[in-house]
Amino acid sequence: MKALVIDDSRVMRKIVGGILVDAGFEVVEAADGQEALDQMTLNDDITLCCIDWNMPVMSGFEFVVEVRKHVQWRDVTLMMITTEGEQGQIVRALAAGAHEYVIKPFTPEVILDKLQFLGLVEMKETV
Amino acid sequence: MTLTDDAFDFVATLVRQRSAIQLERGKEYLVESRLAPLARTAGATDVDSYVRALRNDVTKHDLVVEALTTNETSWFRDANPFAVLHTTVVPELVGRGRRDFRIWSAACSSGQEPYSIAMTFSEHFPALRPQIIATDLSELMLDRGRAGEYTQLEINRGLPAPMLVKYFERTGATFQITPSIRNQVHFRHHNLLEPAPLGGPFDIVFLRNVLIYFDVETKRDVLRRVRMSMAPDGYLFLGAAETTIGVDETWERIQVGNTSIYRPREGKTR
Repeated sequence: MKALVIDDSRVMRKIVGGILVDAGFEVVEAADGQEALDQMTLNDDITLCCIDWNMPVMSGFEFVVEVRKHVQWRDVTLMMITTEGEQGQIVRALAAGAHEYVIKPFTPEVILDKLQFLGLVEMKETV
Repeated sequence: MTLTDDAFDFVATLVRQRSAIQLERGKEYLVESRLAPLARTAGATDVDSYVRALRNDVTKHDLVVEALTTNETSWFRDANPFAVLHTTVVPELVGRGRRDFRIWSAACSSGQEPYSIAMTFSEHFPALRPQIIATDLSELMLDRGRAGEYTQLEINRGLPAPMLVKYFERTGATFQITPSIRNQVHFRHHNLLEPAPLGGPFDIVFLRNVLIYFDVETKRDVLRRVRMSMAPDGYLFLGAAETTIGVDETWERIQVGNTSIYRPREGKTR
């Protein structure tokens, strides 16, 4: 499985990418929404996008809206990972077509919980 | 400074007497890390001297037991049991004519489990209004559960975003669960070493990730009390690493996908 990590912070891309690699994903990166659309076109096997909200050129929200216009990407899972924690923002993102929403800061377990719920990694019961 | 054997034994005995939880040697790190904040607050130089002072101060014993028996929790923990709840358990009981569900969430910590149960009903069976009794040993956790207020870090743990939007309201830095869900959950103090709480007979009992802390005798004892509190056709959910097998043979195990659920064998509710 391939995931696209979209964030203008290189450090954040490494953190999120590292969690996804540990979960069994191959990871590609993009620094803004436009770069991410280019990566989506280049890699037709992307199944998951982890998306920051505030980025230059094209925001994460605009990226979600754009992805949802294309039928060939309808099965791609979109997960926002952002500092934007206002309820209205979360509602907007979900209404635009995002599946999940993680508010920064987060721990690896938070991402893994979400991936399990989304059916992207195998469910492991905890002790 | 590491904890002396003497101090560890004192704490382990206190916790065992109050909660039946076994702290074996080798768990010194757990005692140290859980008691360090209490020691700091009390102005003790380290955990060891804090424990020395405890011997003459029974008023602090509750705090110590709470600190060592409170465990990590998350929303819809492990997801599978909640899926089994709405795909299998509730439909079967509804098929038998059950409408007023009585549910016990034992060792509920800060309330994520009972509220997850309430949200599961609301999502899948909106016409049913379960009565959920949520119990814990810790008054601190019960107060947190009653308040229904969670930090962003707690909200991030396992709560699907659509549920966050639907069942929570942001109040400043925290998120509060909506009254319609909160009103279904009744928090009560309860020690699993004592008879089951009022509110039964229970159709469904969640007793997850609790038995692992007990020795076999205590497990058997707790399971017996749980069985006595249940409806004859009720279901019990345990944690993934827990089972009744080899402990108490009066339960029948039913496998649903990756999840095991249990129900009293016929005629064995008492």
